[in-house]
Amino acid sequence: MTSYPPPGDARPAQVDDDVLAQIALSRDEYERACDMLGRAPSDVELGMLGALWSEHCGYKHSRPLFHHFPTEDERILTNLGEENAGAIDIGDGWVAVMKIESHNHPSAIEPYEGAATGVGGIVRDIFAMGAQPIALLDSLRFGPLDDRRNRRLCSGVVAGIGGYGNCLGIPTVGGELVVGESYSGNPLVNAMCLGIAPRGSLISATAGPPGTQLMIVGADTGRDGLHGATFASVELDEASAERRPAVQVGNPFLEKSLMDACVGLVRKHRDWLEGLQDCGAAGITSSTVEMAERAGAGIRIQTQQVPRRESGMTPYEVMLSESQERMIAAVKPAHVGDVQDWFEHWDLHAEVIGDVTDDGLAKVYDGEREVAAAPVSLLTGPPAYEPDAKRDPDAASRAGWDPGTLADLEPMQANDALLRLLASPNVASKRWVYRQYDHMVGTNTVITPGSDAAVLRIRGLQQGLALCTDGPGRAVELDPYSGAARAVAEAARNVACTGARPVAVTDCLNFANPERAPIYYQLRESIRGMADASRAFRTPVVSGNASLYNESEDGPVTPTPVVGMLGIISDVTNVVRMAFQDESDEIWLLGAGLEQEASTLGGSEYLSLLYGKEAGPVAIDLDAEAALVDVLVEAAEAGLLKSAHDCSDGGLAVAVCESAIAGGIGASIDAEIPGRLDAALFGEAGGRAVVSIAPDQGEQLAALAVQHGVRAARIGRVTAARLELGPMSVPLTEASEAWTSALPRLLDS
Amino acid sequence: MRFAVLVFPGTWSDWDCVYALEDLGQTAERVWHRETSLDDYDGVILPGGFSYGDHLRCGAIARFSPVMSALDRFAATGRPVFGSCNGFQILCEAGLLPGILQRNASMQFRCQPQALSVERIDSGFTGACESGQIVQLPVSHGEGQYFASPQVLDELEDAGRVLFRYHGENPNGSLRDIAGIVNPTGNVLGMMPHPERASDALLGGTDGNYIWRSIIEHWG
Repeated sequence: MTSYPPPGDARPAQVDDDVLAQIALSRDEYERACDMLGRAPSDVELGMLGALWSEHCGYKHSRPLFHHFPTEDERILTNLGEENAGAIDIGDGWVAVMKIESHNHPSAIEPYEGAATGVGGIVRDIFAMGAQPIALLDSLRFGPLDDRRNRRLCSGVVAGIGGYGNCLGIPTVGGELVVGESYSGNPLVNAMCLGIAPRGSLISATAGPPGTQLMIVGADTGRDGLHGATFASVELDEASAERRPAVQVGNPFLEKSLMDACVGLVRKHRDWLEGLQDCGAAGITSSTVEMAERAGAGIRIQTQQVPRRESGMTPYEVMLSESQERMIAAVKPAHVGDVQDWFEHWDLHAEVIGDVTDDGLAKVYDGEREVAAAPVSLLTGPPAYEPDAKRDPDAASRAGWDPGTLADLEPMQANDALLRLLASPNVASKRWVYRQYDHMVGTNTVITPGSDAAVLRIRGLQQGLALCTDGPGRAVELDPYSGAARAVAEAARNVACTGARPVAVTDCLNFANPERAPIYYQLRESIRGMADASRAFRTPVVSGNASLYNESEDGPVTPTPVVGMLGIISDVTNVVRMAFQDESDEIWLLGAGLEQEASTLGGSEYLSLLYGKEAGPVAIDLDAEAALVDVLVEAAEAGLLKSAHDCSDGGLAVAVCESAIAGGIGASIDAEIPGRLDAALFGEAGGRAVVSIAPDQGEQLAALAVQHGVRAARIGRVTAARLELGPMSVPLTEASEAWTSALPRLLDS
Repeated sequence: MRFAVLVFPGTWSDWDCVYALEDLGQTAERVWHRETSLDDYDGVILPGGFSYGDHLRCGAIARFSPVMSALDRFAATGRPVFGSCNGFQILCEAGLLPGILQRNASMQFRCQPQALSVERIDSGFTGACESGQIVQLPVSHGEGQYFASPQVLDELEDAGRVLFRYHGENPNGSLRDIAGIVNPTGNVLGMMPHPERASDALLGGTDGNYIWRSIIEHWG
């Protein structure tokens, strides 16, 4: 067995259970590390190990499942997990780069800074690849908003996202806000960023060959965020509030300068660099060690060279600080001065803090003292776990419940049910949120927030990019496989409604403690469901993040895999919006007839809101979903669609209403509604979209649908100021008022 | 015309302004805040953003940038200076326009489409508009509440120096619904809304072009 000599000037760390708990390393893991080293680690080594072997950095429970994901096709330019984000060829010499990431635990403790630094982190992941960030999205989950604590979290998170993103000049163009009991005290804050770059100017997060100089640039290093990666890998409890020091404080102004400087440097002088990497979770430790791993090299870090904002910091603190707005550049020795001068233009200081070696060791010095000397491969090779998996019997029994045992909705109650659904925070207008985000800066936002998907143009290209996030947690809880597949299908449908062909997925896996069998079952089956769905849409998974241990004292969060989808519109001037446009246009339902089985109410907003029931079966037909996407994209390309909107939360009735409200014009669904009224109006069968077309285009649309084996039927027409749907009849103004005023009423109180 | 679009650390509407002007056939160049001369330009734009991260106060640090002395000299020649959003804040901090912009009354950032009434069309910045016209220009700011003493406000009104007012919803609580004002000589305009975001039909509106075209017709 290999034995690595201890670092020259460091004693083995004193290790008791408290120390291990602080770095979230188990006794077994500690002993495993000792065996691999052939000795006990020094205290700096132990800190580095704890951070890199944390769930947050090491993906101990999720990594063994990633092989399920489809990750390749001719457009995809990166290998999953090997770079900071995934890169997709979008044609004409341009590349899109994207990733989604969580900042759940910091946001639970300190909502403004937690959410703000979440935005900062994901943006750095994108420009670390040399891409110009051009859009942000945010997928948010909170507990019920009638609780003051949840309102405070929601307001703080939204303000934090705005406070950081707005200052950067990157538009926040979309996302979700979903409310559910299980998120009380453990909100989910997932931020997604999209960037673009000319194909030749992507850069890898590698350290380069021996002799390469490692430079740190951006903020000085302080004690903030110590053990943040560890904090993200344990459950929240009462003592969590005391971990505020583990939450970092953001400086978006510094990040803006850093972004402009880094993107400019890679575009103009890529040849000065070997690699570029952001300092995220676990700070200098993870960034430099991971760079060394990619290069198959070793590194030496001189902690005294790291510019600090506090005095008396130990090497341990310098190596593990999660101070924000820092980047590591791997610079060719001849260009160290050039790089320093480049950053000076933005009043940024770049310092050499180490270099690349050929011994495969991560060595850390405090002046003359060597305080760590551990193999890179050990630090980046945490154990992987595949615990027992078992379906939660309660969820299984709820999924087996038959909604057909409920009495059907009385026609007289239909208006009331619709208005209540429109005012549910999960359905209602999210304008309260997105008007706090600059969603227009950059002058590329063709479809602004509040639609199925956001659409961006790229100056000089004909193509447009469509983006959305989806994460139907309730369905995932009932049936992790089908529910997670639905997340992908919904996202694909959403981008297709704008006329975009879905091309790639990024995902954020928000789950509770995976060491428990029901949770690991949720994680495993969700990944399988997402993987199969991604295969059906030919949308490889290019990047992502796993956020586990999302639990508060009240229990685990609803399993919430969030899918970020990228779609490409071949000609952005053909973009389709969700709003009905002109009176007398025909309204068609694609993908199904009006009649729906009671089972389609399973896991629906209707059951949850009106009956307090989160139960029933969750189905998915991936072939049908993929065929619907084909019809939507081809119909948009043929210029047939005057509007398109997918049926999801609240079913057909809500979809029709939202298109009407967006257009400020009414709708009359005059086709007869056979079968159960509740299922037809509010059932959430997938694979459906409501479109409107000019009155003379019906035949063409029908022919296209037949060609793809997709059911299509004219169900009504666009009218003046009323909404009529079966027995339902409400003035547009009343529906609109219910839908627009719900969130302000809850959140401004 | 040849425009200088000033870029301070933290400015972000610079490219948007460059593109809007180029789309109208003009020349526009981004000029870093350390430049000391603007002599070669026919017009100067101060774009939106968060110069110096709004530290201290919006625009309070940018006003000390080297380019600002050049801007003083430039404005004195009568050539057009237009500041939008953070540009307006900087012009107020620099004393080229009176009053200040404070935190929105809602205490929240606001990004939304906004209707504005054009108060007069005999100015260099509004000559292409029609009398009584309502234009749609987006707003996007957290600190856009225009504030000045009653005396200053009366002076502005009496001299016809209020060029734009919010129409309908007042997004930030600005006194007298003021959205944009000019200096006494009428060649320095500051406004919170963003005409460069309403300069392309694909993005939903082109009313911003009324302002650009007015400038070009008057000073070009």
